[in-house]
Amino acid sequence: MKLTLRVWRQKNADEPGAMSTYQVDDISQDMSFLEMLDTLNEELTLKGEDPVAFDHDCREGICGACSLVINGDAHGPERTTTCQLHMRSFSDGDTIDIEPWRASAFPVIKDLVVDRTAFDRVIQSGGYISAPTGTAPEAHATPVPKPDADYAFENAECIGCGACVAACPNGSAMLFTAAKVSHLNVLPQGAPERESRVLDMVATMDAEGFGGCTLAGECATACPKGIPLFSITNMNKEWLRATRKSGKR
Amino acid sequence: MLMALATRTDRRPSTIRTLWDSSVGKKTVMAVTGLIMLGYLVAHMAGNLKIFFGPGDFNGYAHWLRTMGEPVLHYEWALWIVRFVLLAAVILHAVSAAQLSRRDIKARPVKYVHKRPRASYATRTMRWGGIILALFIVWHILDLTTGTVHAGDFQHGQAYQNVVGTFSTWYGNTIYIVAMVALGLHIQHGFWSAAQTLGAGSRNRDRLLKTVANVLALVLTLGFIAVPVAVMTGLVS
Repeated sequence: MKLTLRVWRQKNADEPGAMSTYQVDDISQDMSFLEMLDTLNEELTLKGEDPVAFDHDCREGICGACSLVINGDAHGPERTTTCQLHMRSFSDGDTIDIEPWRASAFPVIKDLVVDRTAFDRVIQSGGYISAPTGTAPEAHATPVPKPDADYAFENAECIGCGACVAACPNGSAMLFTAAKVSHLNVLPQGAPERESRVLDMVATMDAEGFGGCTLAGECATACPKGIPLFSITNMNKEWLRATRKSGKR
Repeated sequence: MLMALATRTDRRPSTIRTLWDSSVGKKTVMAVTGLIMLGYLVAHMAGNLKIFFGPGDFNGYAHWLRTMGEPVLHYEWALWIVRFVLLAAVILHAVSAAQLSRRDIKARPVKYVHKRPRASYATRTMRWGGIILALFIVWHILDLTTGTVHAGDFQHGQAYQNVVGTFSTWYGNTIYIVAMVALGLHIQHGFWSAAQTLGAGSRNRDRLLKTVANVLALVLTLGFIAVPVAVMTGLVS
């Protein structure tokens, strides 16, 4: 395959960036999207140019490191992570636009790499449980109903990649935060911080400069892990419950 | 099991403060005020349809709006209570919307080069639709409540004749119909969104909520537009 790539190039956080055009030949349909970028970077390195910086780690769709907005879609045209996207999803002669996640809470560090530590701070503010250390507790001591376990797991699938923020017209982190809140709030292990978790995580999410939710649904469509839009509904419900309860104390 | 939790020494702000300071809280304000206005619109639309029973019925109904609640309430008190509630709802809804929109726009300072439409038409037009509706409300009150910008010979208490007057002009019909289409789109996304914001949505209930949103949007738009269409076609004159 021969492809034309239009890639966002930006030296660092302070300098303005722009789209640069590159031609790549000899791209196999079996390559992953990141392997295609590796090929481009090899060529750039051989020519003595600066290779395109992009995030990647496990390359098996479970770590949440890879990103990229490809032709306007977070993680590209398939509902998976960019590392699991293959070039067979494109045709010979295509022009592909590659941009970084766009959100004020995710500033560009270089080229296609953005700073996603805002997510870490949202997690730090409540995305944990308080458990005594020591040997693992007896598993039957805390029964979890099967539907609750399934619900928690569905939300625990979130890998924190940030595609929801990138896809949202408002740069909102509601789906990410909702996945974490829904995952922990449904479980007995998460019960002690049920109210403080949702109040603090939503407050941190707001403070980090993410936008609000207009229920456009773009986040759930882009999510490579299929976190449902109704997790947001659930977080709203948890937030209102916590607001009512904490107001009485 | 002993849970060693850190003792919080800071006090949480009041419920009202928490609501107003949070993006989720402001959405709650928008959802509740939106539903109040929606409830009013259903009653307003149903009342409008009395115009098809002739001037006697319609003007009698308009008069009843002023005497309802009597003798517990004084003349026009119930009407003024409704007006105050609606005014508060409109202001809270609009201020929340403006503040949330500002936050949303600030959250995406650099736009994507590769553009594509995001979300449905109704979702994308919520902000402009809201502005259209706000302007319409001002015109509508000046036209048919105070009579300030009324086209013909405005007379208090002659609601039927005033309505016919407004819809005998091309611009009266145009403004009204455009606003009612905007209203339908606004309600279609707004009602469903309000349900999600208040935590009432779920996977099992989604089809029901979307159907109710579509039916409300369609019935209100068609119900309101029925009046100018009736005047234009001479059914009401």
